[in-house]
Amino acid sequence: MTLATEQLSADGRLRHLLTLQGLPREVLHRILDAAAGFVSVGERESKKLPLLRGKTIFNLFFESSTRTRTTFEIAAKRLSADVISLNVATSSQSKGESVLDTVQNLEAMDADLFVVRHAASGAAHFIARHVRPYIAVVNAGDGRHAHPTQGLLDMFTIRQFKGDFAPLAVAIVGDVLHSRVARSEIHALRTLGVRDIRVIAPRTLLPAGVEALGVKVFHDMGAGIRGVDVVMMLRLQNERMKGSLLPSAGEYFKNYGLTPEKLALAAPDAIVMHPGPMNRGVEIDSAVADGPQAVILPQVTFGIAVRMAVMNLLIGEAA
Amino acid sequence: MKLLIRGGRVIDPASGYDHIADICVAAGRVVALGQVPADFTPQRVIEAAGLVVAPGLVDLAARLREPGLEHKATLESEMHAAAAGGVTALAIPPDTDPPLDEPGLVEMLKFRARNLPGPRVYPVGALTPGLRGEGITEMSELTEAGCVAFSQADAPLTDTQVLMRAMQYAATFGYPLWLRPQDPHLARNGIAHEGAMAGTLGLVGIPVVAETLAIGAMLQLMRVTGARVHLCRLSSAAGLALVRAGKAEGLPLTCDVAAHHLHLTDAELARFDSQAHVVPPLRSEADRAALVAGLADGSIDAVCSDHAPHDDEAKEVPFGESEPGATGVELLLPLTLGWAREAGVELPAALAAVTSRPAGVLGLGLGRLVEGAPADLCVFDPDARWSVTRESLRSQGRNSPFLGRELRGRVRYTVIDGHLDFESAPAA
Repeated sequence: MTLATEQLSADGRLRHLLTLQGLPREVLHRILDAAAGFVSVGERESKKLPLLRGKTIFNLFFESSTRTRTTFEIAAKRLSADVISLNVATSSQSKGESVLDTVQNLEAMDADLFVVRHAASGAAHFIARHVRPYIAVVNAGDGRHAHPTQGLLDMFTIRQFKGDFAPLAVAIVGDVLHSRVARSEIHALRTLGVRDIRVIAPRTLLPAGVEALGVKVFHDMGAGIRGVDVVMMLRLQNERMKGSLLPSAGEYFKNYGLTPEKLALAAPDAIVMHPGPMNRGVEIDSAVADGPQAVILPQVTFGIAVRMAVMNLLIGEAA
Repeated sequence: MKLLIRGGRVIDPASGYDHIADICVAAGRVVALGQVPADFTPQRVIEAAGLVVAPGLVDLAARLREPGLEHKATLESEMHAAAAGGVTALAIPPDTDPPLDEPGLVEMLKFRARNLPGPRVYPVGALTPGLRGEGITEMSELTEAGCVAFSQADAPLTDTQVLMRAMQYAATFGYPLWLRPQDPHLARNGIAHEGAMAGTLGLVGIPVVAETLAIGAMLQLMRVTGARVHLCRLSSAAGLALVRAGKAEGLPLTCDVAAHHLHLTDAELARFDSQAHVVPPLRSEADRAALVAGLADGSIDAVCSDHAPHDDEAKEVPFGESEPGATGVELLLPLTLGWAREAGVELPAALAAVTSRPAGVLGLGLGRLVEGAPADLCVFDPDARWSVTRESLRSQGRNSPFLGRELRGRVRYTVIDGHLDFESAPAA
C-alpha cells in the first residue's frame, strides 16, 4: 500500500484526501468538475446548500492558520455542515496531550470529517490511519509534505483560465524546499499531463533530488520563466529571509522577485498565481500582484468551491 | 552446571574450526571440544544435531534503558531478550537518564546486571558530563568502575576543541573512544537521509556529507592525538571509503554497522513509517550495498544491533515527532545470517562479524569457542523461519521496522558463563 492508495477505498472511491501524489487523473478531474458546480453558489442570494446537513466537521489545526481555516469553515457552512474549529496549537497540545489523544476525544463527539493541519510531515496520514473507519480526513497542510486542497484549487484556476493542461509550460518560483504547496502542485501538474514543469530557486531553497519529482530546475529566473503560460509564486516565510538560506529579502527580490520586467519574458497571456498571503516586494512586485495577469483573488474564490467539492465527495450523500 | 552439547555443527569463527562435535561445559568453561572425557557426567544433555553451536554473540550497542528509562525497558526484560537473541556479551551506550557519567551509576548498573540471568554487560562511559559536550568525564574513575570505552552515544559534540582534548586525554591512558560520526550542524533537525525520498516527503534531510565531514575530522584528530577510535554505525558508502583509507594508513581505527543498515534503505520511509526512523538514517540502496560489501571484506569490523527499545508512545506519533531507534537484540543473528546469504559469505566468516570481531573491538578475550574459553555459547537453527511480530519479541520494546517480516535463523539455547540462560522448543 502506498501513500496514494491509502486514501482510496477498494473500489477507487476517495476516503481521505491526504496527498495528490499518485492520485489518479480521473479522481482529480472528478473533484475539479464537482467544484465547477459549486463556484456559482457563492454568487447566489442564498449561499447555502443542504448537502451536508447533520454532518459534523472538525477543523483541527495543530499549527495556527487563519486563512486556510476560514476557507474550510466557509466551505463547510455553505454545505450546511456543523463546523467546529479548534486551534489545538494553543490548547490541548500545550497541555501535553498527544495527537492521538486529541483525535480520539473528538471522535467520541461523533465527528464525520477532520480537517487537519500539523507542522510534521506525514501527520495527516498518521491521523487517517488511526481514526475510526467511517471518519474522513482532509489534509490542510502537513509540514513540508502536502497541501492537497491548495494544489487542487491551483489546478482548478489553471483549468479555468487555460483549458487544456497538456500543452502548458508552468514555472514554480521560490522556496520549494519548505513548501508543501509546491509539492502538491508538482504532483497534480504531472498527473494532469503537463510535461514542462519548471522550478526556479537558489540551491538553498531546493530539496535534494528535486528532479525526481519530474521537474526541470532553473536557478536563473529569466531563463526559467521564458515562454511559460503559468507562473506559480511561492510564499517566502519571514524566518527564511535571514540566516544562511538567503542573505536578505532585498537580494531575494532582486534575483527571484516577480517584477513586470521578468513577467514580460513569459508568454504574453501568462497568468500569475500565489497561494497567499503575499509578501509584496519580497517575492512579488505590487504592480504584478495587482496587474491584469494576476489571478490571485480568483484562486481564493475557487478555493472555497474546491473545498466544498472535496468535503461533499468524502461525506456527502453520494459518497 | 555440567553440560554436554551433543552432535552439533561446532564453529569457532576466529580459527575457522567447523566440525560436527560434542562440547563439554563445566564451571563456566568449555572443558572439552570433540572428545567427551570418560569421567564427564553431565547434568544436562542438549541434543544439537542439525543445529549450529557457536560462540555467544557480542553486541557492541544494546540499550537496556536503565537507569531512568524504565518506561521503555528494564534490565530484566532486555537481558532476557538479549539471551533469547543468543547474545552473551553486550556493550551499553551511555545514553541513559542520567547518562553514565559517574562511577556510582556504572557500579550500580554492573551490580544490578550481575544479579540477573543474561549476558555479560560492558558499560560505555559518557565522554562528557551529561553528554552535554562540554568538558570531559573522569575517565580513569569510570574505567575502574567498569567502563570499557567512552562515547557521546548519539549526542552531539559541537566543540571540536573538546573532542581533541578528550582524544588526547584518552590516548594518555589508552582508553578507546567510540564515536558516531555525524557533523551536528549539517544534521541539525534532520530525520531522514537527504535524497529524493526525503525531498518528496518533505522530511528534513541529513546529508551523507554530515558523516564524511565528521569522519574526516576524526581521522585528522587521530593522527595528531594518537587516540584509538571505534566509529559507530557507519551509514554511507562515502563514509566507508574514508574508513578504508584510514585503516590502510595504519590508524588504530575500527568501526561497526547496525544490522538494519545492511537490509533497509530510505525506501522504508515511503509511508512515513516511524518504525523506520533510526539514527543514522537509512540511506540509499548504493549505500546499503556498500555496507554489505564492506562488512564482507572486513573493512567494517562488526555488526551490532544498535538495540533501542521504546514504549509505543515514542512511535505512535507522526514520523518527525517519533523517537529514533529500533529494538534489535533478538534480530541480530537472523539479520547477520541474511546479510551473509546476500554477500555470499560462509557461515563461519559470517559469525565472526557478531562474535570474534566485535570481541576484538572490546578487547576482552571473548567470542571464542575453544577448550578453556569461557562457556558463552549460542546454539541455533540456521534455517528456522519465524515472523517478527509484537508477540514474538521478548524485548519490552516492540518497535521494529522488521515487524511483519519473516526472518531465517533462530536461537534454541544460550549458555552464558556455563549457565543455560535461555532455551526454547522449536515451533510445533
